[in-house]
Amino acid sequence: MIEIKDLHKSYKMGSNSLHVLKGINFSVEEGELVAIMGSSGSGKSTLLNILGMLDVLDEGSYTLDGVPIKDLNETKAAQYRNKFLGFVFQSFNLINYKSAMENVALPLYYQKVGRKERQEKALKYLEQVGLREWADHLPSELSGGQKQRVAIARAMAAEPKVLLADEPTGALDSTTSYEVMDLIQKINDAGNTILIVTHEPDIADMCKRIVHLKDGVIVEDKKITQVRASQYV
Amino acid sequence: MFDIERWQEIFDAIRKNKLRTILTGVSVASGIFILVVLLAFGQGMQNGIAKEFEADASNRIGVWTQVTTQEYMGLNPGRPIQLRNNNYQAINSKFGEDLENRSPFFRVRNVTVDYNTESGSYSVQGVSPLFQNIENQFISEGRYLNYGDEENVAKVVVISNKIKRELLKGEENPIGAFLKLSGINFQIIGVYGDKGGDREEDRLFIPISTAQRVFNGSDNLNMLFYTLKPSASLDETVAKSVKLTEDIKTYLKEAHMVAPTDPSAVNTFNTLEAVKRFQNLTGGIKFFFWFVGICTIVAGVVGVSNIMMIIVKERTREIGVRKALGARPRAIVGMILHEAIFVTSVAGLAGLIFSMGLLEFVGPNLQIDYVLNPSINFKVALSTVCLLIIAGALAGFFPAWRAATIRPIEALRDE
Repeated sequence: MIEIKDLHKSYKMGSNSLHVLKGINFSVEEGELVAIMGSSGSGKSTLLNILGMLDVLDEGSYTLDGVPIKDLNETKAAQYRNKFLGFVFQSFNLINYKSAMENVALPLYYQKVGRKERQEKALKYLEQVGLREWADHLPSELSGGQKQRVAIARAMAAEPKVLLADEPTGALDSTTSYEVMDLIQKINDAGNTILIVTHEPDIADMCKRIVHLKDGVIVEDKKITQVRASQYV
Repeated sequence: MFDIERWQEIFDAIRKNKLRTILTGVSVASGIFILVVLLAFGQGMQNGIAKEFEADASNRIGVWTQVTTQEYMGLNPGRPIQLRNNNYQAINSKFGEDLENRSPFFRVRNVTVDYNTESGSYSVQGVSPLFQNIENQFISEGRYLNYGDEENVAKVVVISNKIKRELLKGEENPIGAFLKLSGINFQIIGVYGDKGGDREEDRLFIPISTAQRVFNGSDNLNMLFYTLKPSASLDETVAKSVKLTEDIKTYLKEAHMVAPTDPSAVNTFNTLEAVKRFQNLTGGIKFFFWFVGICTIVAGVVGVSNIMMIIVKERTREIGVRKALGARPRAIVGMILHEAIFVTSVAGLAGLIFSMGLLEFVGPNLQIDYVLNPSINFKVALSTVCLLIIAGALAGFFPAWRAATIRPIEALRDE
């Protein structure tokens, strides 16, 4: 599903450049649930942003679902993001003047799905994250966990090939975190490929594979036995 | 271009960002409102002043002649030109339909006028009955000259209130009394007054025919006086007056074989000079109001641009989110511009309609000196609205385009 070869990325900080990713080789199969771990500054978020085409790579190659991702202009990148990827952010990034349902329906708008169908689908995905009756509420009327579940529903609504989550539990307390992880596990059980960036070991243990990043290189890549979140909920 | 989905998206955004929409709308609407009212008042002031001036400005044209200064068709310069009765009649028949009042004018200066034992020296002027209108004279007693007097070469005279005071001291009823002009008896038929005051009342008026005969004038005339039929607007009248003056000049030069380029053989005056001064004044007022108006537009453009930039800035994060969800740059720019143009158009038109309505309702009832019926050219107002819309769109376009083309990760980082 994801194939990365010899990936380099550096940022210009004034006159010096900061070499963040120093040759990453990495692949993900369909249906995997991968945790990308590392301390802050290890380059894990950068890796995820590049995977999500929110940022561009300097060197190396990236193939997503058999499509080489390179030399993208913003229009093309937007198309690919819309078609392939769903995002979940640490800070939710819901649009604050839109109701939960409208937020979930937004990616479908950019897929040129009709209004009625958008709403039906949005309600279906809200149902899946257990927020059907909160459909008409604004993000400001929702708790952090609810917001993240709306964000997950939004990411899923476009039916992406890969779900990318950047610290999805970073802004949540542990109980809520486990609820969100339970949801993510269920989505993965349904066959979706998911990548999670986290620095919390308990969250990483709920994935099926952990990739450790340190100073821009992968230091460890291991498959683990998944801890089910449902036992904590 | 009509994309129902985008309209719905925009109406959502407008409905849920009422404050932002209202602020944008109010600034645009008030800008248009101020501009329209301002320009309308400028126009109103112009109308008001024009009215004041029109009341006074008799559109008078006078014609007189001097000696030629240029050689023409074998004739030497320095030849005196004399206006004659046939010139007056020819002008009447040529241009009669444009003329309101007309009078020939034959003047004898320093005529000794005697009444009993009193004596004085005045200017005696032979004129036609309509001269009264040309000079804005009013009758205090008796009557003015009429065409009967002219036909009969009657020895009748109209004196002024001033002359009555000076010569006919204590005379209760001067009508019918006799004055001696250069020793010839004239019967007083009326007493006139002139709004110009005493200075204008040192004159006695007798029929033109009588003047020419009694004072050996043959068929000579000193001057010709005309007023024009007023046209619908002052500008038209002025234009007509200029043209008529030139036509009369041209005719007289031809009739007297004067070089067309001779600057002083045939002279005219008309109250155009005053009108010109008046036009300069109103031109100045117009310029001032336009200047203030343009400043208002500039301020409005800057204001709208500012708001648009702030809106885009405020929405940068939202733009990042939308891009992460698969919005293309074109969709982002389209959305922002669509909203901006829609809001500024509606607000601009609202301001326009409101201000025009106010002018329509209040304008004609306004009772202020020098302000009459303030109004505005609808095209000007409409193009101002368009200008503001375009400015707002342009001001929104550049930051929107920038926000739409940067990598979403940067837009998302924006706080």
